[in-house]
Amino acid sequence: MIGSEYLVETKDLTKRYGNVRAVDRLNLAVRPGEVYGFLGPNGAGKTTTLRMLLGLVRASSGTAAVLGRAPGDPETLVRVGALVEEPAFYPYLSGRDNLRVLARFARIGEHGIDEVLDAVDLLGRANDRVKTYSQGMRQRLGVAATLLKDPELLILDEPTNGLDPAGMTEMRALIRRLGSGDRTVLLSSHLLSEVEQVVDRVGVISHGSLIVEGAVDEIRGRGSVLVRAEPLSAARERVERLLGSKRVEVVDGTLRLDSEPSRLSQINRELVLAGVAVSELRPVERTLEDVFLELTGEEKER
Amino acid sequence: MIGSYRAEILKLVKWPAMWVLAVVLLVLAQVFGYLIPYVGYRSGGGSGFAAGQTAAQLLADVLPSRLVPNTLGGFPLFAGAIALVIGALSVGSEYGWKTLKTILTQRPRRSAILGGKLLAIVTVVLVLVVGTFAVNAFWSWVIATTENRSADWPSALDMTQGIGAGWLILGAWSVVGAFLSVVFRSTPLAIGLGLVWALAVENLIRGFAGVLSFLDAFQQGMPGTNAGSLVASLGAATLDQPGGTPGVTDVVSGPQAAVVLGTYVVVFALVGGFALRRQDVQ
Repeated sequence: MIGSEYLVETKDLTKRYGNVRAVDRLNLAVRPGEVYGFLGPNGAGKTTTLRMLLGLVRASSGTAAVLGRAPGDPETLVRVGALVEEPAFYPYLSGRDNLRVLARFARIGEHGIDEVLDAVDLLGRANDRVKTYSQGMRQRLGVAATLLKDPELLILDEPTNGLDPAGMTEMRALIRRLGSGDRTVLLSSHLLSEVEQVVDRVGVISHGSLIVEGAVDEIRGRGSVLVRAEPLSAARERVERLLGSKRVEVVDGTLRLDSEPSRLSQINRELVLAGVAVSELRPVERTLEDVFLELTGEEKER
Repeated sequence: MIGSYRAEILKLVKWPAMWVLAVVLLVLAQVFGYLIPYVGYRSGGGSGFAAGQTAAQLLADVLPSRLVPNTLGGFPLFAGAIALVIGALSVGSEYGWKTLKTILTQRPRRSAILGGKLLAIVTVVLVLVVGTFAVNAFWSWVIATTENRSADWPSALDMTQGIGAGWLILGAWSVVGAFLSVVFRSTPLAIGLGLVWALAVENLIRGFAGVLSFLDAFQQGMPGTNAGSLVASLGAATLDQPGGTPGVTDVVSGPQAAVVLGTYVVVFALVGGFALRRQDVQ
């Protein structure tokens, strides 16, 4: 996979624990510069995949390449910042000393420590022992640790775990900022509403397999239009004439139209001209979560 | 490996647990090496471990001329056990705190990480050995001055041999402790089983070695036996001699003991490195 256009690429990556396939022939491709959302419910195999990409866990079969090299290669790791599951630090050391330790392991200078602590708003507590930190502070220190190497690729596994709503908002903003330049971010989460606002493309994993991959808009689809009108039959007849019967559906006493939201005014005009009283007319956008539940629901039924 | 070594040194130096262990080692060395013999001397004679020793012999043991054997006397037993705890704690805590995944994703290969860690551990052990000799030297000088005895210090060669032997003994035990932590991926199990082996099993085997010949052959390869034999070769009294300390034995020669202990360091470091390379880190 050397020379590949992807920064992270897996081919039929599989991890078995006994008879259990935690990851099953996974084919993942992350492009340079994008924020890639790696989505799936708890236990879907996200963390195991990320561990394999970092060389922490050996694949049972298949291959993976990160920055064109095998996972765990020292020349790769120095260009990757990773936060896998909850951040782990030496509790008796201060936040600053923990970062000094990591800088020494990575053989990079310690001059950037204050800068990354400042980026996550921890400079004021930098000299306190990590065991006195809250969960949110540890999470932020984890992000600071990933930034220490000024990495080309950031791998963040459920970075909002354990954070309160304010912390989640801050973390989301931080991730958006980190992914705004040339840096590539691989972000795993089971909170789809969190990821939706941040990522460019997503891959959805369920039971160890990738079930869909693509741009957020592609996966979400183009949405629909909801119409509440009286009489409903007249309204239906009119919009079926306009859009075709296959694109009109009755759901809970309303019409759902498979139509671009940009046609709202045209639909409204047609209905009014037909003497239909329109009490509600609005676009309905599917969230990533809707799509995700549909996809994983289908998976479960198989 | 240099980066890993520097990181490990920073961690060990700032770790309160290491300082506690260092203080415990120094206190035990003073209490059993100097305080109890000196109090025994002042009381007029020995009993217990020092049974059969006259007051003059008790005093002679704590004077500067006996600094090397008197300091090394406690190494096979309690100092070795503390070194095992240091090794097990410094490696096993990485599993307990889950920091192993953090450091494995920084840059170095696993072999370099373990190599740097072991190098840092034996560096700390060397500092402890030199520190123990220094504090013991201070007390032997105080006693010599108090008792108006001449301070005949060991030669530089004897001191070097003594420090080297102490380093080898504690280094071997610390690497064994680190190895056990890698294998069990846990601190408590590594320390528990390590101490049971060092303090109980080895003594039992030595006790039965006279009964079963294969146990006699087996004990010659045990780390505790070789540690005891190494210090005995440098003048420490064996347990069956007056003033002898538990763990000191003369089962094998000094050079053989040094080779066996060195082999322990190399083999356990290599096997530990191999085990770490094969592990999935969760």
